[in-house]
Amino acid sequence: HLFIHSISIFQAVLIILHLSPFGSLLFSPFSSHLSSSSPIPHRERESFDSESLLSPFPQISSSGGISAMDRSPKRRSISPDDATRFPDEVLERVLALLDSPKDRSAVSLVCRDWYSAESWSRRHVFIGNCYSVSPEIVARRFPRIRSVTLKGKPRFSDFNLVPDNWGADVHSWLLVFASEYPFLEELRLKRMRVTDESLEFLALNFPNFRALSLLSCDGFSTGGLASVATHCKNLTELDIQENGIDDFGGEWLSCFPDNFNTLEVLNFSHLNTDVNPDVLERLVSRCRSLKVLKVNRSISLDCLQRLLVSAPQLTELGAGSFSQELTPRQHADLEHAFGLCKNLSVLTGLWEATAMNLSAVYPACSRLSFLNLSYTALQSQELASLLPHCPCLRRLWVLDSVGDKGLEAVGANCPSLEEIRVFPADPFDEDMINAVTESGIVAVSQGCPKLHYILYFCRQMTNAAVATVVRNCPDFTHFRLCIMNPGQPDHTTNQPMDEAFGSVVKTCKKLQRLSVSGLLTDLTFKYIGKYAKNMETLSVAFAGSSDLGMQYVMEGCSKLRKLEIRDCPFGNAALLSGLEKYESMRSLWMSACNVTMNGCRVLAREMPRLNVEVMKEEGSDDCKADKVYVYRTVAGPRRDAPPSVLTVSSL
Amino acid sequence: MSVPLEHDYIGDSSMEKTGDVSIITPQQKSTTKFASSLSMNLKATELRLGLPGSESPERDDGSSAELCIGLPSSKSSVSRPKRGFSVAIHGGSGNWVFSPGAGGPDNNFSSPRNNPAAANSEQAPKDGGLPPQSSPATEKKKAQAAGSGAGPASKAQVVGWPPIRSFRKNTMASHPTPKNSDVVEGGDHNPNSGGSASSTSACLYVKVSMDGAPYLRKVDLKTYGGYKDLSLALENMFSCFTIGQCGSHGVAGRDGVSESRLVDILHGSEYVLTYEDKDGDWMLVGDVPWKMFIDSCRRLRIMKSSEAIGLAPRAFEKCKSSN
Repeated sequence: HLFIHSISIFQAVLIILHLSPFGSLLFSPFSSHLSSSSPIPHRERESFDSESLLSPFPQISSSGGISAMDRSPKRRSISPDDATRFPDEVLERVLALLDSPKDRSAVSLVCRDWYSAESWSRRHVFIGNCYSVSPEIVARRFPRIRSVTLKGKPRFSDFNLVPDNWGADVHSWLLVFASEYPFLEELRLKRMRVTDESLEFLALNFPNFRALSLLSCDGFSTGGLASVATHCKNLTELDIQENGIDDFGGEWLSCFPDNFNTLEVLNFSHLNTDVNPDVLERLVSRCRSLKVLKVNRSISLDCLQRLLVSAPQLTELGAGSFSQELTPRQHADLEHAFGLCKNLSVLTGLWEATAMNLSAVYPACSRLSFLNLSYTALQSQELASLLPHCPCLRRLWVLDSVGDKGLEAVGANCPSLEEIRVFPADPFDEDMINAVTESGIVAVSQGCPKLHYILYFCRQMTNAAVATVVRNCPDFTHFRLCIMNPGQPDHTTNQPMDEAFGSVVKTCKKLQRLSVSGLLTDLTFKYIGKYAKNMETLSVAFAGSSDLGMQYVMEGCSKLRKLEIRDCPFGNAALLSGLEKYESMRSLWMSACNVTMNGCRVLAREMPRLNVEVMKEEGSDDCKADKVYVYRTVAGPRRDAPPSVLTVSSL
Repeated sequence: MSVPLEHDYIGDSSMEKTGDVSIITPQQKSTTKFASSLSMNLKATELRLGLPGSESPERDDGSSAELCIGLPSSKSSVSRPKRGFSVAIHGGSGNWVFSPGAGGPDNNFSSPRNNPAAANSEQAPKDGGLPPQSSPATEKKKAQAAGSGAGPASKAQVVGWPPIRSFRKNTMASHPTPKNSDVVEGGDHNPNSGGSASSTSACLYVKVSMDGAPYLRKVDLKTYGGYKDLSLALENMFSCFTIGQCGSHGVAGRDGVSESRLVDILHGSEYVLTYEDKDGDWMLVGDVPWKMFIDSCRRLRIMKSSEAIGLAPRAFEKCKSSN
């Protein structure tokens, strides 16, 4: 009658095979990358789910007692009467092979011994919301972590909707890590606040530290980078992406010691000021293991050419400015240098590339799987000339300057394409006449049946076009459509875009992420609630007609984890319709909706394990809850909130 | 130079629409080009009849009534290089109504008076219900004078929309700035169309449009050494129209009588490169020394020479008068 009294070796082997790396390949769903553009195998692992987070002891089926509970929770060696049990050490070794966070969570729930073995064998922890847990709790639960991924601010902070001083400061985490994880090797942060002081602390207190990745972080300057370069003797990865940092010049690069040569990943593409090209060249030539190099715009094509010659082993390259006028000789040299790079799978950067210069990269494109052209406003013809050189392309990012014609070229030349992102070259400029329309995306879908990820900014769309797209490509996992005028209907029928998203959710059973736009009524959300059973992330703006819209979603979308809403007519009834749901979600964001402080108080009262935070705007009415951020937590209310962020309690 | 203030305003990219704006009625929700309607309204605010120096022959014809309803692809139908604000003078007072679109309280993302900081904190739901403000032009003068300081904020976009990350806006807005300076949506998109008075920036981006081309490009005038470089670059950019070049070039340094003409060899028709200067007048490129050209050029336009006929004499006159 007991679910688990003891695990026989046979049973254990079965379970482990099921959960083995092969098993996890088969059974774990595709997990999305941590950073949107980095193809470095960041392993985003959702290692906390609500059960393991919120209950320190595993919940086993109620019909069974847990005799394992009687045993001591920690390590114990084999006792003769338990010949069938695995010793902990062996169990740990086996479990150490598990990577997938879902698998690990499942393992930790089997029984107490497995719980503890899993905890001891875990090396990497992913924390999707830094306020959902405290560093002390993490350290207590996982004593032997070597690699941490932390995410901080809500995603809408990317669009200036979150005040600057909101929080998510990494320093308190570093302090705990210094004592609990002195052998920490990797730290990956997204949307966190990081100061120079923290970077220096990091560099000085973790002798084994190897990999630092900062994506969309703010609060530091190039001075902090200098500390890292100076003190991290074994640094293999320095990945600084898209951050809001104070750029005081390129001297930080010179801080790497002369004998330093372990770098494998170097990305400083979004720093604005000049680095010394000689210093860079020397660094690159002595780091023989360098695989990823992404430079900033200050690096000229001459310098790039020399870098490539000295590092032909690169697998990922972010070129710098590509607009320089080249003599034929220079062009030939550059082309030759690109030709040396036989292993390039990712190419990005290429700021303001001219057609002429772009042709220099052709020789390197034969194995290219990811091409990021979103920093240069290519025309359709230029794209059409480039694409035939990239037969293996799986991911493509472009600006809408390529137009529908450019997208037709994509459809014609990229049969293996899985992901396309089209960004607006001039989002606020009405003169940019409909650079891409519905025809463009239809053309891509016709030529690229493997497409499963789309991010598309456009100024017009039709229901029919979207239906065609998903009919051609039913395997979408990520469908993010942004019609840039809020509330714009189908431009041929003047109808709302409900049917478009209806067709998406009905057809794409594997859909995990959806962003909607255009004129949308509650019907869209009815469709979503009814059909989007695998959807985990939903972004909504300027949509819906009433509370019902949000209710449909909260009631229907069983796998929903992240919901972000802005400027929709959803009020307290909508907010409270999700009462049962929020603890199984990472977070909810609602801004410029109709939620009031009272609604928030009710929510806080009913669900004490949620933090309900309200950011008030100046001059707004006292009872309006302008921006609401709700998330589950085991760490209680924030203690570091600025005055503009109120944690709502039920009082 | 007469009223530089307005020109700063008009220097803003969206202001220079050549009349192809949409009128939005409450019922018409399609093509809610709220930004353009916004700029349209702002044109209403900044214009005055009888503006000294801004009158030009093509201004008071019926063209102002050409409020093209619908997609801006109708742009090509408006062939004369005239200032877009002529629309507003005649186009009526306060008929601009904005459709609020789906859900969301209307208004309060308002006028050019908003400074970027306020824009950030006021969570504007969307589509600024710019109140029609049909008031007479004279009152607008004040609003405009006050607002012109806000410059780019006149776009009055919704905060955080479209959802594009700051580094992308910085990248495409152009030049490398020493600091990551993007702060607020509406406030900070500096269109850089022409350096205007404050050309302390390292780059000088101007828009280049070509009749019949589906989109505009932006070029940085500072990267070119002279007219020849510029026209070569433009040739590359608009290569689908195979613009060849003939006529005497290399006139940089020579003050100005020679004209530049870009000839479309294939089609046999002529294109001319024109530019709009600080005074708002459209001139042929090549008339003035390069340096002077850079200083005064606000935007470029490649137009069919048949439409540019009125320009040459004026250019000469202007040139002579300024000599």
